[in-house]
Amino acid sequence: MILKGRAFRFGNDVDTDAIIPARYLSTSDPDVLKKHCMEDADPAFPDRVEPGDIIVAGKNFGCGSSREHAPIAIKASGVSCVIAASFARIFFRNSFNMGLPIFESDEASAAISEGDTVEVDADSGVIRDLTTGKVFQARPIPGFMQELIEDGGLMEHIRKRGGI
Amino acid sequence: MGRTIAEKILAAHTQTKSFQPGDIIKVDVDVALANDITAPIAIRAVRQSGVEKIAHADKVVFVLDHFTPNKDIASANQCRYVRDFALQQEIEKFFDGGEAGVEHALLPEKGLVLPGDLIIGADSHTCTYGALGAFATGVGSTDLAAAMMTGQAWIKVPPTMKFIFEGELLPWVGGKDLILYLIGKIGVDGALYRVMEIEGPAVSALELSDRLSMSNMAIEAGAKAGIIAADGKTEAYVKPRAKRPYTVYASDKDARYESVTVFDCAGIEPQVAFPHLPENAKGISEAGDVKIDQVVIGSCTNGRIEDLRIAARILKGKKVSKGLRCLILPATPEVYSRALGEGLIDIFLQAGSIIGPPTCGPCLGGHMGILAKGERALATTNRNFVGRMGDPASEVYLSGPAVAAASAVTGKISAPQEVMS
Repeated sequence: MILKGRAFRFGNDVDTDAIIPARYLSTSDPDVLKKHCMEDADPAFPDRVEPGDIIVAGKNFGCGSSREHAPIAIKASGVSCVIAASFARIFFRNSFNMGLPIFESDEASAAISEGDTVEVDADSGVIRDLTTGKVFQARPIPGFMQELIEDGGLMEHIRKRGGI
Repeated sequence: MGRTIAEKILAAHTQTKSFQPGDIIKVDVDVALANDITAPIAIRAVRQSGVEKIAHADKVVFVLDHFTPNKDIASANQCRYVRDFALQQEIEKFFDGGEAGVEHALLPEKGLVLPGDLIIGADSHTCTYGALGAFATGVGSTDLAAAMMTGQAWIKVPPTMKFIFEGELLPWVGGKDLILYLIGKIGVDGALYRVMEIEGPAVSALELSDRLSMSNMAIEAGAKAGIIAADGKTEAYVKPRAKRPYTVYASDKDARYESVTVFDCAGIEPQVAFPHLPENAKGISEAGDVKIDQVVIGSCTNGRIEDLRIAARILKGKKVSKGLRCLILPATPEVYSRALGEGLIDIFLQAGSIIGPPTCGPCLGGHMGILAKGERALATTNRNFVGRMGDPASEVYLSGPAVAAASAVTGKISAPQEVMS
């Protein structure tokens, strides 16, 4: 699968309160959550983001709360994937469990600029910055996580295979 | 090769014969926890899967503690959704209304989490139970749905980092100060994907409440779990509460650690974490002149009776600074009742504090203590991210209960010694 869109850059330690502030957690409706996605980090993000766009961030993206509202909000806003130098662990597992593609690459995280057009081959983990021509390789995804992606998330995985 | 506590607990909960850090294993969970924010997503996932009756209702614990007492209609609807499911599925460990308290204070108190347990919770501060010698980790709602249906979770086996606290604590220093200091040293991703094993003479000397504060914030260093080996104090706490058998594990002498770090408590004064990350910890003597509008004493980090006793010791016979709001939220009904019985609530009221119900409320900017633009709070909670307690242009500082209570008296961030001559 090829994912392609414009890069929206964020810094290190983007926390789940920045991704979706707790004041909106009285619902888990994706269509409501997407209106406030990344609001406290970039108030213009919900209006500017378009289907396919890609979030590029530094280290420890998604730190803080376990709220699955965070990957739900990102996915609902049309973002096709997140590229970061590293991910906080609960955000990491939530993304695989619910089918939001994420990629770890120090080099891509450092080199991709705001607004660059980026293309990711989700199967190989090859990240191309089409604006600069630079190519990066994301860290490999463990086998079990690939199974989750292929099955379409944890619940589909359980349905297909009769258990975790 | 020896094994760590974490590795022993994982081994006791998996069919996988041998595993290394980095391997993904399937584990049987003892407890699967969720709250009014995270349970609805898990319940929806269960319902969408077509399962009529979940197979593992006996492992499930639901606590309605975040936006309760219901802060608005949407929150009330979320709570009702969880309540209906709990009744329909005959989930016995369902805590609602006057039985509810802040989940990570409530579960240890009720004896629902025990040494040697493998606990997952759809709440990042589930790691609190590591202080009882359990493997406890925060997960998402989908993980919780899977656990309700299968009794299992997938876990990437983490390496373990050891942290040793040597020496004796300085006056007014508690578990919260030690963990803020540690996070200040290693950063908010300093233990990413790893288990923190915390030990040493200073930790052995701590009561359970202080140890729970420490394990509670392991996630603020990115850790998967923050484990403190169970000892005599742990057993004394757990035994009268436990309703099922439990196992105490200790790490082997030749267990593998990714790193071992030693801290000397002689150099650790009461800490304050400055906005907007818990890693921005400073000693109170370096805090400078920071005027505050609100103090919050409570939460899963520091809302236990021991925390309230410290706050009362400082607030007794004094007045909260004019113009400052001092909110005190006992973390559970039992804590509230004991605080009443010991006369602490009266001390707080006489000092001009506001007493709130047991709720997570202000900690995550939910309700009952939201900050206006430009306001500053000093809180005994665990996170000080942008907008955490209200307006994105407000600020949260983190400390233990002693610094928080002293600061409520002076109106600025202050050492307890400033008001306790």
